[in-house]
Amino acid sequence: MADEVILLDYWVSPFGMRVRIALAEKGIKHEYREEDLRNKSPLLLQMNPVHKKIPVLIHNGKSICESLIAVQYIDEVWNEKSPLLPSDPYQRSQARFWADYVDKKIYEVGRNLWTKKGEEQEAAKKEFIEALKLLEQELGDKTYFGGDKIGFVDVALIPFYTWFKGYETFGNINVEKECPKFIAWAKRCMQVESISKSLPDQDKVYGFIVEITKKFGLE
Amino acid sequence: MATANQEEVRLLGKWASPFSNRIDLALKLEGVPYKYSEENLANKSDDLLKYNPVYKKVPILVHNGNPIAESLIILEYIDETWKNNPLLSEDPYERALARFWFKTLDDKILPAIWNACWSDEKGREKAVEEALEALKILEDEIKDKKFFGGETLGLVDIAANFIGYWVYILQEIAGLELLTLEKFPKVYKWSQEFINHPVIKEGLPPRDELFAFFKASASK
Repeated sequence: MADEVILLDYWVSPFGMRVRIALAEKGIKHEYREEDLRNKSPLLLQMNPVHKKIPVLIHNGKSICESLIAVQYIDEVWNEKSPLLPSDPYQRSQARFWADYVDKKIYEVGRNLWTKKGEEQEAAKKEFIEALKLLEQELGDKTYFGGDKIGFVDVALIPFYTWFKGYETFGNINVEKECPKFIAWAKRCMQVESISKSLPDQDKVYGFIVEITKKFGLE
Repeated sequence: MATANQEEVRLLGKWASPFSNRIDLALKLEGVPYKYSEENLANKSDDLLKYNPVYKKVPILVHNGNPIAESLIILEYIDETWKNNPLLSEDPYERALARFWFKTLDDKILPAIWNACWSDEKGREKAVEEALEALKILEDEIKDKKFFGGETLGLVDIAANFIGYWVYILQEIAGLELLTLEKFPKVYKWSQEFINHPVIKEGLPPRDELFAFFKASASK
């Protein structure tokens, strides 16, 4: 019986990218559907009526919303290869904790880097670098957060790397200088096939950010 | 019933916090003995800072010296570690749905209700509108189920403890009528099932004390 897997997504969304990576890592055949967020499809509104947001994973007609929930679902259903979460409950709780930390810190603070100015932006810069340093500490000497292979936290975090050119240019920060270990980890991740083929080009994402800032007068 | 190894389970919490209470409820439902320490957030203990250096908040579960923070993450850990009383389905789709509701409760529903109860005159109307929308989301979800998970109480019900118990106290203090039998009969019915569940009943903080605590906060 063939599985029907559809991903409703938006190319520049780091949350969508997480699900793309998980699908690629597991080798799951699926249909990718790009949503126009200013004109959401009836399918999106039907499959995620509460939040009306992407990404939405649809597996044999059933919808799974929220990127980290979808990644865990993928890991649990397609469990024969490339486990993303550890098998030990304590290690799993730690992986969930750090993925949740990425959700709480990296997206919001990163966004403030390119949407805010003055004092607010300065505060965001400080917070952003602190968050990356904490993640560097958590990574330690490991190749990936998942150990020898990419895991849940790597999948949760690496998409934001595609936004770095935007964060750095608009936020006037140099991540490599402040957090070299972080950049080294990111570059290792970009060598992993499921990641490199799932993520858009940094320059394209930067172009998108430039467009938005112009459109909303954020320069 | 006794395990071969001596297990040490500690909960650092705050008696009036629904997030902290979630962990009390889950541990009690699993029949896990634990040591509780009340934390004073104005004067955080060394243990709190040691076990949750990232957020410096409670609740924190410490199991055999290993700390876990963030209530929803702790709940999943409890379900995976102690198998006396399954609180989360084994089916991946049901689990995804439960996780969706945890997140929606914490990201959208609880903040909307909390904001409405603490709103000032200026923001009140909008805050109340959002709180009612949030409760409607739950009303549509619970439908005619006894509990969010179905016939038996599960992690989503525990995560919704704020809705089952705290909301009534806070709305009374704020002089609002958010969750009532007339407005949201299904959520109301669920809340009665919830607070009358034998383990939950014993695990919730006493109503009078909770009322006095929040009333005192309201007058500051």
